[in-house]
Amino acid sequence: MKRTMIDFWVGLFIALGIVALLFLALKVSSQSSLPASSTYTVTANFENIGGLKVRAPVKSAGVVVGRVAAITLDPQRYVASVTMKLDDRYHFSRDTSAEILTAGLLGEQYVGLEPGADEKMLMNGDRITITSSAIVLEQLISRFLFSKADEGGNAHTEK
Amino acid sequence: MTNPLSRALQSLGAPVTNALIKLGFACRFLVSVLKVSPFALCRFSLTMREIWFAGVLSVLIIVVSGLFVGMVLALQGYETLVRFGASSSLGVLVALSLVRELGPVIGALLFASRAGSAITAEIGLMKATEQLSAMEMMAVNPVARVVAPKFWGGVISMPLLAALFSAMGIFGGYLVGVQLLGLDAGSFWSQMQSAVDFRLDVVNGVIKSVCFGFAVSLIAVFEGYDAPPTAEGVSGATTRTVVTSALVILGLDVLLTAFMFRGI
Repeated sequence: MKRTMIDFWVGLFIALGIVALLFLALKVSSQSSLPASSTYTVTANFENIGGLKVRAPVKSAGVVVGRVAAITLDPQRYVASVTMKLDDRYHFSRDTSAEILTAGLLGEQYVGLEPGADEKMLMNGDRITITSSAIVLEQLISRFLFSKADEGGNAHTEK
Repeated sequence: MTNPLSRALQSLGAPVTNALIKLGFACRFLVSVLKVSPFALCRFSLTMREIWFAGVLSVLIIVVSGLFVGMVLALQGYETLVRFGASSSLGVLVALSLVRELGPVIGALLFASRAGSAITAEIGLMKATEQLSAMEMMAVNPVARVVAPKFWGGVISMPLLAALFSAMGIFGGYLVGVQLLGLDAGSFWSQMQSAVDFRLDVVNGVIKSVCFGFAVSLIAVFEGYDAPPTAEGVSGATTRTVVTSALVILGLDVLLTAFMFRGI
């Protein structure tokens, strides 16, 4: 095999390999983490985060506007402190409320933002004060069962 | 040292010592290859020829088996996913399993049996026919002239072959999922794209294939260089290359996966 032919085929092989890598990078995968320069950070305290994970999406009106960056426990008040990185293009009022929702009945959990009416906007490092916790299915069921049992007990004593 | 107990212990210890001695040889061999690598890589046409032998000639088997593996994954995954009404996640299943695991691992296994065995046989035969000694007589360092280009040819080819394998597999999954089973092409691609992360999945797959490339190339050139200079010795070395490579690839894969995805 002549030298030029070897060079040609090796060049084609390396080009093919790079095309395959580009295909994996551009068509198959996505950069889920936004570049650090175009985000701002807000935190929110929740009584219970349920199954929320780091890198879970933050959505407003169903549109992904950011990601959960960190989840820690506040050791003074024993509430979960969730740090979120939001896209710089979207700004929310100071009285925005945050709640932890579930996609579908058994889907992944995400943070939903409901904008308020305040004129001032959330800035980098601000805290969202109005929050509601994740719904934990077991607690709901046990509450329902206890209320049923109470009803049954009351009905019994009235007789 | 002639009583049966000590003889039994000796027969237990000998394989372990031999394996350790061989591992030590392999490490020193790697160091000597790396030491001459700058000179070998300066004459890049030698490495180019080895990329042709190890990489270009392996493209066909990699592409065809990648296509088939992707198709089988899609067919089998569909059977299970459709029971839970999650058949639109088929793209995620195919892409994640190929990019994270199957692309690097099966790519490396095929590479070891297609190219690794050939490298071992070539170096072993050059040793058996005393071509390596002849080079030393002419003051040509055989490690720099023969071994290092083969080593680097394998290291460079491996990640490219693994990427080709993954890409072809995903294309095969697309053919089966969308064209044959009639899933929606839009949700196939968009769900795949939102679930596969570039840094966590694609880059980790490439890191894996680079590690496998190093391991397989080192085993192939070392077994060839270490082979007894007989016909039997060369055939034994070729077999050992394929078996050891397969074991090392799968063992390394467990380690790398544990580090990458469990964050130990």
